[in-house]
Amino acid sequence: MFFDHFNYWIVVILMMIGLYTVMSRSNLVKKMIGLSLFQISVFLLYISMGKIEGGTAPIVSNAPDAVYSNPLPHVLILTAIVVGVATTALGLALIVRIKEAFGSVDEEEILSNEDNL
Amino acid sequence: MEEFTDIFLMLLLVAGSLAVLYVRNLFVATMLLSAVSFLMALLFVTLDAVDVAFTEAAVGAGISTVLYLGTLALVGSTERPRAKLSVIPLLLALSIGGSLVYATFEIPAIGAPDTPVQLSNLTQRFVEVSPVEIGIPNMVTSVLASYRGFDTFGETTVVFTAAIGVLLILSQKHVRRREEDEEEQNGLKPATQSHGQVGSPHDLIPHVVSKVLIPFIFLFAFYVQFHGDFGPGGGFQAGVIMAAGFILYSLIFGLHITKKILPLKVVELFLAFGVLLYGGVGVVSMIKGGNFLDYNVLSADPVAGQHLGILLVELGVGITVTAAMLAIFYGFAGRAQGRGKDVN
Repeated sequence: MFFDHFNYWIVVILMMIGLYTVMSRSNLVKKMIGLSLFQISVFLLYISMGKIEGGTAPIVSNAPDAVYSNPLPHVLILTAIVVGVATTALGLALIVRIKEAFGSVDEEEILSNEDNL
Repeated sequence: MEEFTDIFLMLLLVAGSLAVLYVRNLFVATMLLSAVSFLMALLFVTLDAVDVAFTEAAVGAGISTVLYLGTLALVGSTERPRAKLSVIPLLLALSIGGSLVYATFEIPAIGAPDTPVQLSNLTQRFVEVSPVEIGIPNMVTSVLASYRGFDTFGETTVVFTAAIGVLLILSQKHVRRREEDEEEQNGLKPATQSHGQVGSPHDLIPHVVSKVLIPFIFLFAFYVQFHGDFGPGGGFQAGVIMAAGFILYSLIFGLHITKKILPLKVVELFLAFGVLLYGGVGVVSMIKGGNFLDYNVLSADPVAGQHLGILLVELGVGITVTAAMLAIFYGFAGRAQGRGKDVN
């Protein structure tokens, strides 16, 4: 069916928007935002893989023939989200220091400042 | 019906991310990213990943937005317009995207019950055996804290390390550049800038509303922490919600008051204590004759041992995550305050 792979296409589109943001924008904060988008798309990829048709959340219920979605991708992504925000914070902290040291967060501006020195 | 909700949400996601790419104002981009995160959390709920949705809503739409805004306050929020169109990145992105879409046709359909992911022996063990073996209804918690306990220990350590890194980077003294001093002397740049002000001393409504909300946020954090065995939740989510409570307090009443309640020294202690508690459970289980993080030996009854081990380990995760998020926030907010004159 047409929608069988729809989630994966959305994953690819989000991933490419993120990648394009990282490659084409010279502002460092914008680059971090692009990385975050990329990261979110990977989360969706994993969670889509764990989904099972007619399934429910992987918490034991009283229903006799309950089908559960796969808990493993959930665990991987749950920890990845928290680790992701911690590493994003580290990147943002570095950007703050770059701003203080070079007076700019624009990649090209920083490079041209370097050349002038 | 559910399918259409999914598709609608995903189209919104794409629209949101395109907007993030095209807006020039970084404040707007940050808020849009937050909206995209929240949409993603909704999507996770429809994909049965309630624990993940919880985390994404608290982290993506909450904490990370605060961090981005904190950064923007320090570095400015306008993006320099670009003169030339970037053709090569566009072509590269399109070609990689095209080949990835081509590759998706080889992946089994979403939701199919006979994919390698669903048929793996691990999945069978987690879904069928874990409620009996670990004795906890929420399989995500059993896998997170028990089966993959060692991995989660690593993740906790990464969070710990990142927080230490942010503190190290942002607690260095700000060496003022020569131009900055000149600008100030010439009166081009006022010495007190508005971003030095972290709290808002004037607004009555946020004060009252946050005073009513914050106790419930903390209560909810504790519920999520200790009810994580039976419903969606656990240490990671609880830690983030707890930190969000403190951050809300700090945004409304000012950083210096929050630091009086919970000084950075105490936060640093908690930061280390959580990881030590986690590792300590592992060491105790080794002393008692089991493997590292093998909770079966913690009590006479293996299931009771698992319960105790998971409770302690989740507590360690919760404490470290709370402290790490707070330490990171203190780093950014303190930096903003150090530059302007403290208004509060």
